[in-house]
Amino acid sequence: MKAEAQLLVKGGRVVDPASGLDQVADLLISEGKIERISEPGSELRAERVIPAQGKLVVPGLIDIHTHLREPGREDEETILSGSQAAVAGGFTAVACMANTQPPIDSQEGVRFVLERGREAFCRIYPIAAVTKGLRGEELTEVADLVRAGAVALSDDGNPVSSSQLMRRALEYSKAFGVSIISHCEDRDLSSGGVINESFTSTLLGLGGIPSLSEEVMVARDIQLAQFTGGRLHLAHLSTAGSLELVREAKGKGVRVTAEVTPHHLILSDEQIRASFDPNLKVNPPLREREDVDALREGLADGTIDCIVTDHAPHSSEEKDVEFDAAPFGIIGLETSLGLILTELYHKGLLDLKPIISLMSTNPARILGLPGGDLRPGGPADVTIIDLEKEWEVEPARFKSKSRNTPFGGWRLKGKAVVTIVGGRIVYQEGV
Amino acid sequence: MGREHLLGIEGMPAERIKLILDTAESFKEVLERPIRKVPTLRGVSVANLFFEPSTRTRVSFELAEKRLSAELVNVSAASSSVLKGETLKDTARNIEAMKVDIVVIRHSAPGAPHFLARCLESSVINAGDGAHEHPTQALLDLLTLRERFGELKGLRVVIVGDITYSRVARSNIWGLKRMGASVALCGPPTLMPLRVEGMGVEVYHNLDQALQGADVIYVLRLQLERQKEGLLPSLREYTNQWGITAQRLTKLKQKFIIMHPGPLNRGIEITPEVADGPYSVILDQVTNGVAVRMAILYLLSGGKVEG
Repeated sequence: MKAEAQLLVKGGRVVDPASGLDQVADLLISEGKIERISEPGSELRAERVIPAQGKLVVPGLIDIHTHLREPGREDEETILSGSQAAVAGGFTAVACMANTQPPIDSQEGVRFVLERGREAFCRIYPIAAVTKGLRGEELTEVADLVRAGAVALSDDGNPVSSSQLMRRALEYSKAFGVSIISHCEDRDLSSGGVINESFTSTLLGLGGIPSLSEEVMVARDIQLAQFTGGRLHLAHLSTAGSLELVREAKGKGVRVTAEVTPHHLILSDEQIRASFDPNLKVNPPLREREDVDALREGLADGTIDCIVTDHAPHSSEEKDVEFDAAPFGIIGLETSLGLILTELYHKGLLDLKPIISLMSTNPARILGLPGGDLRPGGPADVTIIDLEKEWEVEPARFKSKSRNTPFGGWRLKGKAVVTIVGGRIVYQEGV
Repeated sequence: MGREHLLGIEGMPAERIKLILDTAESFKEVLERPIRKVPTLRGVSVANLFFEPSTRTRVSFELAEKRLSAELVNVSAASSSVLKGETLKDTARNIEAMKVDIVVIRHSAPGAPHFLARCLESSVINAGDGAHEHPTQALLDLLTLRERFGELKGLRVVIVGDITYSRVARSNIWGLKRMGASVALCGPPTLMPLRVEGMGVEVYHNLDQALQGADVIYVLRLQLERQKEGLLPSLREYTNQWGITAQRLTKLKQKFIIMHPGPLNRGIEITPEVADGPYSVILDQVTNGVAVRMAILYLLSGGKVEG
């Protein structure tokens, strides 16, 4: 698939948080790069013109927390199918976690992902394991992994339970400028749990995962990051207490960044009450309304740096079972933007500029990825969004190979209509 | 046949509870007859799916089904394909394909009956789902209490033991509260689920305090694993602090009865002389279990109350 030599995105509202730009403009793309942004009605010409009047033109969305399941569970997702889901959701780049089968803990693994990524619809950035085999025992060869192309290190899916090993990881990785992405969970405290420990777990008799299980690890990791000066990125925060800890740490100047998922920003554990729906089973679990409110506050005040999907595909054979037996995980690449626009933007809780920062600019900065802005000379990764487009979430029509979403049937407002990666239109609808 | 289920007591209206108890009472009379069998459910087929060991509940359901002349089939985890990796959904669908009207399910996973109710055409009866609910147990307990006291309203019921893991406690709390009784819970803090007060109950950790003024002392079985899981320092200490002993009961001034859902851990949560003592209605509970299950099977099959 060859890129058009020149592409003109005409008359859209261009929002680029990195440069502060927010105005109607024409965007010229040339040879896969942003060539220039000009006043509307300019004389710019190109072989192909995309009319974007009434649409939003933003730097391509970047999701730094996905599970693409390849290698190992290609029945649930592949790098190709995941990338197709990504571009349909407006993402031009995704970073994928290392907990595949086998895990990505060697140069070969990183190269495999990158090679598959070359055929993908969007940019694919491998995250490699912190510990060999994700076993939490020995550090992986960080230098080699980074040289091969790993953009961060994470055992996500598992915590690094040993404080000593986490300290070493934060210390050692400083030499190579990569972040450690921490899945904060004290497995002793969460053992046997399947939903948040709260009044809901009490009523349902389901095993509870206390907020504590996340918070004690957030606290530990912040202390370790402060002590070592390593770069810590906290994955999928879910509790008000975690937010408080991060806010305090940032106030003290600790190098820590944090992410949150759309499902933790929208759903609470009460939803499980009526249904026992296994599609609501996710780790960390859906928390309480007060936690949801705290996470939203964290978006607004900058405590949270980015929104990620934690796209976690599971086959329906495995997921459509009794709640206890179902695996944890929700897919999100095709619903994330629509949910955020519907629940936060259209409800007046968060403006567009912070949303684009949280979904593009900041994720790029956190992992040092290209893109995240519309700077001339930068890669032409662009997402065109129709803010007013109303649509229904139809899992049967997902590009993802999996269907495990609790949002099926939801009516959303706002959707990516064109996705451009490196000057190439990789997704387009209704334009 | 309608598609009514019995999944839990939560949210069940008082009139519904009353209807089930009234119906059970009329079936009790059948149980007193020389030939304890009626043709009421002839042609109705029932599958008993027990994915967890159970003697009492299972036998009780079987007897109820037989006495109503239903056709029944028993499937236990040991004999089913579940061990061969077949999912609950597949097992249930296969059984349903054999034209089953009512599925009785006992499962260790909370919500397993709700899951079946979603994917089956049959009526589903929850015979205990993990620590969630055990509605037939609560209904037989309510029947036992109504027989003893005539009226449930105003009774003070103290449930003692491992509340966290007890489906019996949850169903009873809903049922008792709905019928106007007051409920207090007593047990070690490690076996008391988070914010359980939200169900409208009082919580005690001191047993003697909790038992003041109790009309009913409902003793829960203590699973011996709780000690190994680190929730209790020792069984000895549990018995000392929360065991129901004759000595402790002599301190009480009021009249009371003792209930227990079985099976008993004699000498752990209850001493033999209390379990077999004059205030114990434990065996009445068992007798009422059959009548209540007959009532539920009958009502779910679309039965109309006679008279």
